[in-house]
Amino acid sequence: MSEAVLRVKNLQTQFKTRTGTLKAVDGVSFEVGRGRILGLVGESGSGKSVTGYSILGLIEAPGEIAGGEVLLNGRDLTRLKGDAMRRMRGAQIAMVFQDPMMTLNPVLKIGTQMIAAVRAHDKVSRKEAWTRSRDALAKVGIPSPEERLDAYPHQLSGGMRQRVAIAIALLHSPAVIIADEPTTALDVSIQGQILAEVRRLADETGTAFVWVTHDLAVVSSLADDICVMYAGRVVETGAAADVIASPRHPYTAGLLASVPAEHEPGERLPQVPGSTPSLANLPAGCAFAPRCFKAGPACTTTPPVQTFADGRSALCHYPIESDSCQPLSSTSTTYRSAS
Amino acid sequence: MIGFLIQRVLQAVMVMIAMSVIVFLGVYAIGNPIDVMIDPASSQALREALIQRYGLDRSLIEQYFVFMNNMLHGDLGESFIYRLPVISLIWSRFPATLELALTAMMIATCLGIPLGLWAGYKPDSWSAKAIMAFSVLGFSVPTFWIGLLLIMTFAVELGWLPSGGRGPVSNILGLNLSIGSLEGWSYIILPAFNLALFKLGLLIRLTRAGTTEVMSSDYVRFARAQGLSEGKVVGLHVLKNISIPIVTVFGLELGSTLAFAVVTETVFNWPGMGKLIIDSITVLDRPVMVAYLILVVFLFVIINLVVDLVYGQLDPRIRVKAAS
Repeated sequence: MSEAVLRVKNLQTQFKTRTGTLKAVDGVSFEVGRGRILGLVGESGSGKSVTGYSILGLIEAPGEIAGGEVLLNGRDLTRLKGDAMRRMRGAQIAMVFQDPMMTLNPVLKIGTQMIAAVRAHDKVSRKEAWTRSRDALAKVGIPSPEERLDAYPHQLSGGMRQRVAIAIALLHSPAVIIADEPTTALDVSIQGQILAEVRRLADETGTAFVWVTHDLAVVSSLADDICVMYAGRVVETGAAADVIASPRHPYTAGLLASVPAEHEPGERLPQVPGSTPSLANLPAGCAFAPRCFKAGPACTTTPPVQTFADGRSALCHYPIESDSCQPLSSTSTTYRSAS
Repeated sequence: MIGFLIQRVLQAVMVMIAMSVIVFLGVYAIGNPIDVMIDPASSQALREALIQRYGLDRSLIEQYFVFMNNMLHGDLGESFIYRLPVISLIWSRFPATLELALTAMMIATCLGIPLGLWAGYKPDSWSAKAIMAFSVLGFSVPTFWIGLLLIMTFAVELGWLPSGGRGPVSNILGLNLSIGSLEGWSYIILPAFNLALFKLGLLIRLTRAGTTEVMSSDYVRFARAQGLSEGKVVGLHVLKNISIPIVTVFGLELGSTLAFAVVTETVFNWPGMGKLIIDSITVLDRPVMVAYLILVVFLFVIINLVVDLVYGQLDPRIRVKAAS
């Protein structure tokens, strides 16, 4: 196992509104190793996208990073200002967005946009930039890339556009790519192709991915590790296969139980009761307690991080315990997802 | 593309025919020009002779077809007052209005787009708020009043610039223009700025609205995530996306400035087409009015055609629709 390239420590992102300060991301920590894919899972409003934007320093007012560190190869991105941060974006750390229909500028040719992206970091000739763009398109499996460079976004399908976006993200071989639900807007078959492509790219180029998604099916087929978020906090982390096979946190268990594929046709799907709490009035202690089937008297106090022998952890007073694995301690504060 | 052009030209012809009917009817309804033209004390015989000479004794439909027939042969008639062919009358005034309108549009564009971009880029800064306040003044305070203030300040009080009229002209590209000399500029700058103010306010608001919208779009966020500098984000992504509404308004404003710079031309005593049409209306010089209005329609049709062609260049999605 390799060392972590991206290490997020106790990240806090807040939005100052008239009604008070909303902690959209409240003490999130995780690590991603070289060439590995971390699935950042959660419902809408769990803070997973805001985490992604915070890592790239793309939080806009009234939002701000209130604390914590984002270490990219040991360098804290939250301390970088202005042009120094701009030079990291796209070169060292890149991002792919949810809706491929919206992320490419509709009035500029693909080539124009890619050449601008190349030349944002490398002072190369237009021709050289064009060649690199073409190679990048070929690398993500786009047929006849020369023609695509001359096309406008509306002439490409959604899947093709998302491949272009991934190609742009890969242009400068960044250490990490944050992908914010990039396959949510695509057909399932296209989604499958893209996921396979991303897996191959991560293995071949060594680029690490943080794959933000609400779709557990995507994570189970793609990610090495999983980080489950709820109401701005990481509630469970561990190797993807383990977490899906035997979730420790009741919330993860609830999410897994509501995946349709796991059930007989016609059977009523179990749901997690209630809905995601508003960030404006989170319950004291464990935010999930009001919806939790295992909630007990201790849940009104902040739950501890329980670490298990297999490297997994859960933010819970009463984690679901399997026979093989009892909690080791409740002292560690850092989630380890890689290694 | 060819099909698109043919379609547009046919549309233009229909618009011009419809307009000629409306103009002709409207002018006919205003009143009998003979009453204004001759001394009320003159004899009935002279009156009859004049009516016959101008063909006013014929029916409206007959008059219309005579007019249309002449127009197709390039003859828009002769002014009742000046006794000159209308075409050469309008043409002699055209360069003055053209240079005034173009200078005004240039001032409005060169100031309006950068100011609007800034106001949209940093909407919360005090400078953006000042720009927006200025833009409200620009299109809400009446033109004639600002014109008078400009004259009071720069011509009367400071004595830097002439208070009205047009500077010496020289022949540039076959047109008699005054912008060839520095002295000519000293005459044109005040009326041009006066005429530009309304358009300046409009362009600032339009540019700002487009900029704020585009700045919050996903592709701007994506461009920033690629590490593009802010200059590149605005210059490459924002500017091209906001240009369609700007080009539309630019075209319309250019047309209306050319046609209806009347107020400014009057205040600054600028010898352009606007003054000509106002003078013609007061004396019911029917051929000038009709010819002028039809020329204005022609001008708008041409400008709109150019604007449509520019759209295709700016937005590839429009190009596809036009071709299919």
